[in-house]
Amino acid sequence: MRTLAGIALFGLVMLPLPALLASQVWLNFLVMTLFFALLGIAWNVVGGYGGQFSFGHAAFFGTGAYCAAVLQAQLGLAAWLGFALAPVAGGAVAGVVGFLSFRYGLRGSYFALVTLAFAEVLRILANSAGFTGGGSGLLIKLAPGAANLQFADRSGFYYLVLALVIAGLLLSLWIERSRFGSYLVAVRENEDAARALGVDAFAIKLRAIVLSGAIAGVAGAVYAQMFLYVDPGLAFGPTMSVEALLVPIVGGMGTVFGPVLGSLALHLLSEAGRSVLGQAPGLNLALYGVLLVIMVLFLPDGLVGLLRRVRRRFLRGRADA
Amino acid sequence: MSQLPIVVPSVLNGLTTGAIYALVALGLTLIYGVLHIINFAHGSLLMLAMFGVFFLHKLAGLDPYLALLVVPPACFVAGYALQRGVIARASHGKDHNILLVTLGIAIAIENVAIYFWRSDTRTLDLSYAFDTVNLGVALVALPRVVAFAGALVVAGGLWLFMARTDLGRAIRAVAKERQGARVVGIDVEHVFAMSFAIGTACVGVAACLLMPTFYVTPQVGHSFVLIAFTVVVLGGMGSFPGALAGGLIIGVTESLCGLFLGESLGQIGIFAIFIAILLLRPSGLLGHRA
Repeated sequence: MRTLAGIALFGLVMLPLPALLASQVWLNFLVMTLFFALLGIAWNVVGGYGGQFSFGHAAFFGTGAYCAAVLQAQLGLAAWLGFALAPVAGGAVAGVVGFLSFRYGLRGSYFALVTLAFAEVLRILANSAGFTGGGSGLLIKLAPGAANLQFADRSGFYYLVLALVIAGLLLSLWIERSRFGSYLVAVRENEDAARALGVDAFAIKLRAIVLSGAIAGVAGAVYAQMFLYVDPGLAFGPTMSVEALLVPIVGGMGTVFGPVLGSLALHLLSEAGRSVLGQAPGLNLALYGVLLVIMVLFLPDGLVGLLRRVRRRFLRGRADA
Repeated sequence: MSQLPIVVPSVLNGLTTGAIYALVALGLTLIYGVLHIINFAHGSLLMLAMFGVFFLHKLAGLDPYLALLVVPPACFVAGYALQRGVIARASHGKDHNILLVTLGIAIAIENVAIYFWRSDTRTLDLSYAFDTVNLGVALVALPRVVAFAGALVVAGGLWLFMARTDLGRAIRAVAKERQGARVVGIDVEHVFAMSFAIGTACVGVAACLLMPTFYVTPQVGHSFVLIAFTVVVLGGMGSFPGALAGGLIIGVTESLCGLFLGESLGQIGIFAIFIAILLLRPSGLLGHRA
């Protein structure tokens, strides 16, 4: 009930923000923060709750992005159709990757490696295939209008991504409460013990990765609509894979609000870094790398874990007084 | 068989490239065999070592082959410090934490390099870079022959070291049975750090042997690290002969795929092998079933 109230409060606070914010820069910041929260929510399903660390979520993200771009730019179909098919495509690719790697019992490092390799294979394929536009990528024709899922005003995207993030939060909450989620966490904590108790680990993990891939696919379609451009490096390159895993790790893996908190912290930090150190290539990602090391060294439970610890100490302090 | 005149040099070139892959993979497989972690920072450490060789030549006029006396020892020290100072502290008893930390180190190193050196491609101008050796069937560049021989020497040396020295025995003991090794008085933390250091030193040797014929950019690690993973997985995680054989196989495969499929699709061959091996035989061709 508390988490549900938290999600409602989050929605209520976020909803009027575009009207209150005068600056487009801050609105843009919020849109990108929400977007990466969505990507983080996707990773969190299979990585956070399921403990299967994917290093190649770009494979699912990029499939969604290309799905939206190819349907519009090459086939001239409506934007919403691409948007609706993106989760199907992302989920399907995730299903293939998951089926192959879980079928053959890949765990831990091996799973991380194979997802990384699948993302690379897709990047090379997108680079050489014809219908993806090859290395020069695909441009979606500029046609502002809600019917084309293009908004002249940034706030249109804001509401779209906000709605998707809230849906993602509700989905995460459902996972926490459902039998499926309990099985998933059981597999994360001890796969052999879970199987001994009759949990079909393969089916559970497969369902988790398909769900995760579908959300990542939606994120990809959002990205394509926002920038109206997709190329192999953007879609399947390692940057998106890293963002997808960093956001929930910083925020707190396997928690509902972890990805949102993580995305906010990460992008506040990167904005601060940009204003202090100046705009230079590489610096932003270097900061992320250092942050990842620091988080694992000192805060393996993420920001949510830190908040919980602070609250517990606070409550204990009050009880003592 | 009319294609023989192109295929033979291509295979020879593949073998020499494969020897370098094997060298990078030897370090990776040593670290995996002992610590049971996949070191994602391996490629970025290679990149740093290559920049080291480059700047030693540019600023101090040191020949890449003489840099063998400087760069591998420096890598050794850096590897030891990295394992003891950062990676060991981060594990908190869970292997996936190490996976994330090495990923973080890789991202940090690579992007700091991009910040300082931009994405420019740098090469060395050496008088002997284009000398060739006539092997009877084809001409092969001299630095490539040196690299091939160097890789074999290092692999042989490493094997002797593991078989004959006390430290080598300790490393093998820790790899097999961590707790047992601790019980008989082996300093496990030290052995971990030494394995990481030796693995990183291998990368230093590879950098010295590579630079006469190869270029360096901050992203150069990428092309090597995935291939090195492939080699390690192909040969069997933790197996030295496997890494050597795997490196040569991958080198030849890449060279032949590049010849018949073209540059951009040529890489697909490597990834196809990688995924197929991971799925069908994750213990590798010469590895043991866990």
